[in-house]
Amino acid sequence: MKITLAKGLNMGLRKAMEDNPKVLMMGEDVGKLGGVFRITDGLQKDFGEDRVIDSPLAESGIVGTAVGMAMRGYRPVVEIQFDGFVYPAYDQIVCQVAKINYRSQGRVPMPIVIRIPYGGGIGAVEHHSESPEAQFAHTPGLKVVSCSNPVDGYWMIQQAIASDDPVIFLEPKRQYHADKAELDEDATPDPLHASRVIRQGTDLTLIAYGPMVKTSLKAAEAAATEGRSIEVIDLRTLSPLDMGPVLDSVRRTGRAVITHEAHVNLGMGSEVAARITEQCFYSLEAPVLRVGGFDTPYPPSRVEEEWLPDLDRVLDAVDRSLAF
Amino acid sequence: MTHQAEFGPDLAEVFGPSHQVRHDSGGPELVQLLTPEGERVEHPEFSFDLDDEAVRGFYRDMVLTRRIDTEATALQRHGELGIWAQLLGQEAAQIGAGRAMRTQDFAFPTYREHGVAWCKGVDPLNLLGLFRGVDQGGWDPNDNNFGLYTIVIGAQTLHATGYAMGMQRDGAVGTGDPERDSAVIAHFGDGASSQGDVNEAFIFAASYNAPVVFFCQNNQWAISEPIERQTRIPLYQRALGFGFPGLRVDGNDVLATYAVTKAALDRARDGQGPTFVEAYTYRMGAHTTTDDPTRYRLSDDVEHWKLKDPIARVEVYLKRNGLADDDFFAGVQQEAAELGAHLREGCKALPDPTPLQGFEHVYAEMTEELAAQRDGYADYLASFEGEGH
Repeated sequence: MKITLAKGLNMGLRKAMEDNPKVLMMGEDVGKLGGVFRITDGLQKDFGEDRVIDSPLAESGIVGTAVGMAMRGYRPVVEIQFDGFVYPAYDQIVCQVAKINYRSQGRVPMPIVIRIPYGGGIGAVEHHSESPEAQFAHTPGLKVVSCSNPVDGYWMIQQAIASDDPVIFLEPKRQYHADKAELDEDATPDPLHASRVIRQGTDLTLIAYGPMVKTSLKAAEAAATEGRSIEVIDLRTLSPLDMGPVLDSVRRTGRAVITHEAHVNLGMGSEVAARITEQCFYSLEAPVLRVGGFDTPYPPSRVEEEWLPDLDRVLDAVDRSLAF
Repeated sequence: MTHQAEFGPDLAEVFGPSHQVRHDSGGPELVQLLTPEGERVEHPEFSFDLDDEAVRGFYRDMVLTRRIDTEATALQRHGELGIWAQLLGQEAAQIGAGRAMRTQDFAFPTYREHGVAWCKGVDPLNLLGLFRGVDQGGWDPNDNNFGLYTIVIGAQTLHATGYAMGMQRDGAVGTGDPERDSAVIAHFGDGASSQGDVNEAFIFAASYNAPVVFFCQNNQWAISEPIERQTRIPLYQRALGFGFPGLRVDGNDVLATYAVTKAALDRARDGQGPTFVEAYTYRMGAHTTTDDPTRYRLSDDVEHWKLKDPIARVEVYLKRNGLADDDFFAGVQQEAAELGAHLREGCKALPDPTPLQGFEHVYAEMTEELAAQRDGYADYLASFEGEGH
């Protein structure tokens, strides 16, 4: 069956609800409407209003009540409607969700999934195109993942729901309805916290996640026409990082470029670059380069395609690395 | 100086005396069943339906709770605790609320609910770990249906509401089975009433008709800020705006607090939704042992509230009516002394965590990268062995 990312997530959520009656959905417009991106489409109709809950418009309330439901033995999956709206819930996420297992010495786990459509490129107004992943990856106690394609969407959402730890689940919204891929529901998926080499190469390691995976694959294709062999890695998990495949690759290629839509300053790329430097120092032929959003607020949408790292900016960094 | 003068015009002048934020007497709406002088009075809506044995039990609870507080304060002065959040003066509010709960009811505390913890059967020694710095919550919330102390002001009111929503989904509300029907109490203070989370909790609880009692101990002070800084109407009146009932009870009257909280819990368990209970009381001590209330309030005020002491009025009531003899009072004092010794000895014996224990329980299952960090730190520590450190 060929599915979009939106469909993969929807199917994964449905499967999780079928498998475990303790799984609940909550968020703004997730019920009757099926979510503003239709990711929860049809779930309330089939599982009822007690399990697919339209919430008041209060993000801290959504996450805070999810904490209570988790304490009662439920596995809440909450939707934050857009990335920039997560901040009213930031205190509950960082001070409660992330810390209750620790505070309770493991007696009170927090099996909560916080789904956040993130990233730009949809021509939206302010607060609808942001990439807040580093804010959560910086917080001990949270796990942070991002899917990049329909098949991963289907499996990773189920794995996140099955996790006894809280997971910030980042969905590249621009990809929701972009591409289709073949789903084999009988396949054995990779673990949730595993990075994956998605294109092999020998000259440079290009590291991406979420919305930049597609761009990175295109960059590798373009570079190949000029005789350059780029290895592409989809990180998939941002906390914990799975550095094994990255380090292994960089030891072979000697060069690394990491790209994300989020601001470069103190972004995921900074951490990945530091770890590569610490652990592959003698393999490196060039400094690790980062390509990301500029260190400004997300701009008005008429210039967002210039602001977002695109094929050319990724290739520019590839060229600079190879020329070093 | 009057508080009203500092905080602008008196809304009571516009809307009538029941809209006065601060009443020395608690105001005409205050539910009271035992006066500060120890006289039983009746209320048209709320009655105390337990026997004398129960009143003696409440007295004992309050004396022992106060002993926990004074002992912990002393332990802090001796350097055994880093800090202690005192409840002096709030014993009746906490015992009344705590004893109104059934076993299956769940309490979400702030960091000051030592009396509620007592009622729920948590060993008070376990409360000290957080304040001594050996842990951040030393009991299993599921053992006694008593949540961990929550330090971020008001955050737990949302947890309470979500937990109550879980009870609804478990079919543990409104079945008519007294063993099954359950409710939650969310504890918070007058300062917390300004927090967004508390207001969101009200909205969620009202929207879903969740079985939660919002129990606000209005002790008049949020560290140095008086109640007038948080509100321009009596707190209990806010409930109406959220769509559920609000009541003000004499929080220094254990009988009234019990009766009002029990009615609110019954209502919640029965499926009739949330209630706001404002327990009108006074923080006779400091905010915590690091606080100095002489910088911001008059000792006259404290002296005034001493006359309304929650324990003294029950003692007077029991003695005047011949409901307890000297042996009873001596027995309670003896128990208090034993409890004090238990806390003194137990506190000093609480084991310090090791540095490497700090890596445990960050996640349900430790990640490889955290394990690597821990192991690296263990190697670092081991490198000092034999160097006389």
